[in-house]
Amino acid sequence: MSALTITGLRKSFGGLNVTRDVNLNVEPGERRLIIGPNGAGKTTLFNLITGDLSPDAGTINLLGRDITAVPSRRRAHLGMARTYQIITLFGRNSILHNVCLALLGLSPLRWNPFIDMKRQGHIVEDARAALQQVGLERIADRPLSQTSYGERRRVEIAMALAQKPKVLLLDEPFAGLSIDERRDVHKCLMGIPRDVTMVMIEHNMDVALEFAERITLLHFGEVIVEGTRSDVVNDPRTREVYLGH
Amino acid sequence: MNARTISLAIAFLLLATVPVWIPGIYYVNVASQVLIYAVFALGLNILAGYGGLVSLGHAGLFGISCYATGYLLQAGFGHSFAIIAALVAGVAATAVFAVLSLRSSGIGFIMITLALGQILWGLAYRWISLTGGDNGINIKTRPQPFGYSLADANHFYYATLIVFLIAIVMVTIFARSPLGAALMGTRDQPRRMNALGYHVLAIRFWACLFSGLLTAGSGILFVYYTQFISPQTLSLTSSAEVLLMVISGGAGTLLGPVVGAALVVIVKTVVSGFIERWNFLLGAIFVAIVILMPEGLVPGSARLWRLATRRRGQKTPPVKETAP
Repeated sequence: MSALTITGLRKSFGGLNVTRDVNLNVEPGERRLIIGPNGAGKTTLFNLITGDLSPDAGTINLLGRDITAVPSRRRAHLGMARTYQIITLFGRNSILHNVCLALLGLSPLRWNPFIDMKRQGHIVEDARAALQQVGLERIADRPLSQTSYGERRRVEIAMALAQKPKVLLLDEPFAGLSIDERRDVHKCLMGIPRDVTMVMIEHNMDVALEFAERITLLHFGEVIVEGTRSDVVNDPRTREVYLGH
Repeated sequence: MNARTISLAIAFLLLATVPVWIPGIYYVNVASQVLIYAVFALGLNILAGYGGLVSLGHAGLFGISCYATGYLLQAGFGHSFAIIAALVAGVAATAVFAVLSLRSSGIGFIMITLALGQILWGLAYRWISLTGGDNGINIKTRPQPFGYSLADANHFYYATLIVFLIAIVMVTIFARSPLGAALMGTRDQPRRMNALGYHVLAIRFWACLFSGLLTAGSGILFVYYTQFISPQTLSLTSSAEVLLMVISGGAGTLLGPVVGAALVVIVKTVVSGFIERWNFLLGAIFVAIVILMPEGLVPGSARLWRLATRRRGQKTPPVKETAP
């Protein structure tokens, strides 16, 4: 059973076809890289997979279950988590609070208006454990407004990991990072256990190629090349539309 | 005991002794009004402050509980029944408001709540057989819980204080709870909250109901305080006024709406006795708050205090090291 299967996925905005009959099959534990020039429809594809957008046609299967019509919020409960290209966090709160929110999202406790959130020991412990995974445990109580861009990227990853996803979608996790920050994020991505299937969009080929086992190249909403690292990198179409040399 | 506990204890002591240190019944009644509007503002703050959903129709919900109380008392029902039924009516009306308005957020939400509030105001004016129209509904008596007649200004103040304290405790617990945190999350990043597994619409719906409960509670206190209800209570001006209380005090804070309510009520009732153009003064105060403390009086004062203490700390000359 595949972790994620996409069949004939189509999406258009007016006359603009942003996703054209995309087929994708990601095996459990796989590290899949999605590349393509700007406007290729990579983030739209992620938004379709997570349910932020509804497809015009096609199906999405998560761990053998058809989730095409499942609301976005339910997909998180079924084992899907994502990070965003533009960091989307809760800027007024601490790092720990951000991760606690991620944990509560899947807990029935989220409906409770009576208990003190900070006193939910198991939630706080799990949040700290997730922060430890990304190396931010020692600054867990720091307000998010006092963190660097790279640390925020890692908070995003910690929030996704805290939900113990089966499929993790990472939208340009290295975007805008310095060399040091990139190294930190890379280290924490490499430390994610194999039971988490990862699909990543990334432009930075140095770090992305090291991460990926299989690569899918999108161009104008279509999958034009798919295969192993060497297959895709050596394909002339990849050079023509993406690598440019 | 830390500074926060001491401040709270002093505040409680001051509130509990208002009839002792405030001269005259008139000012005790003003204090009651402050507390009534504080509960109302706390209710709106759940939506506008914690939920980021600015409502311009809350006076309509406030008015529904007022009219429900007045109508039931006029129809011969007892105080207990009238109060419970008015609470239920207020919350039920909020549920209808929520179902109709939560399909949108931002400016759309404001416009729908404004329209719904205006519909209720129009009904209050025109449905004369139910509301008495312009003449309104008079209430002849106040309740007598445990034999204490609330007809006495001091007793009524204490009853209002109890409701106010219950409201404060409820909001404090809510704001610290997972549901409260989720509501604030939907205010800041609704899309992210959705992706994290939260049902944004349902969270906002429950927040509306809680807001409606506090609004209904304040409406019941109000109608017992004035012993009269007319369509004016449901007007857009009333909705805007309570929104100004929330914003001027500090939306999304616990004490902000209370301070905002005190400011507006005191200027409206006390200062207006000394200054003919009190509207101008109130406007000038709001402009000053927006310019100097855009986040509101409570968080703004806290910010200025922090700034002042930091500067004082910087000005303190370093301690000279002395040779051993």
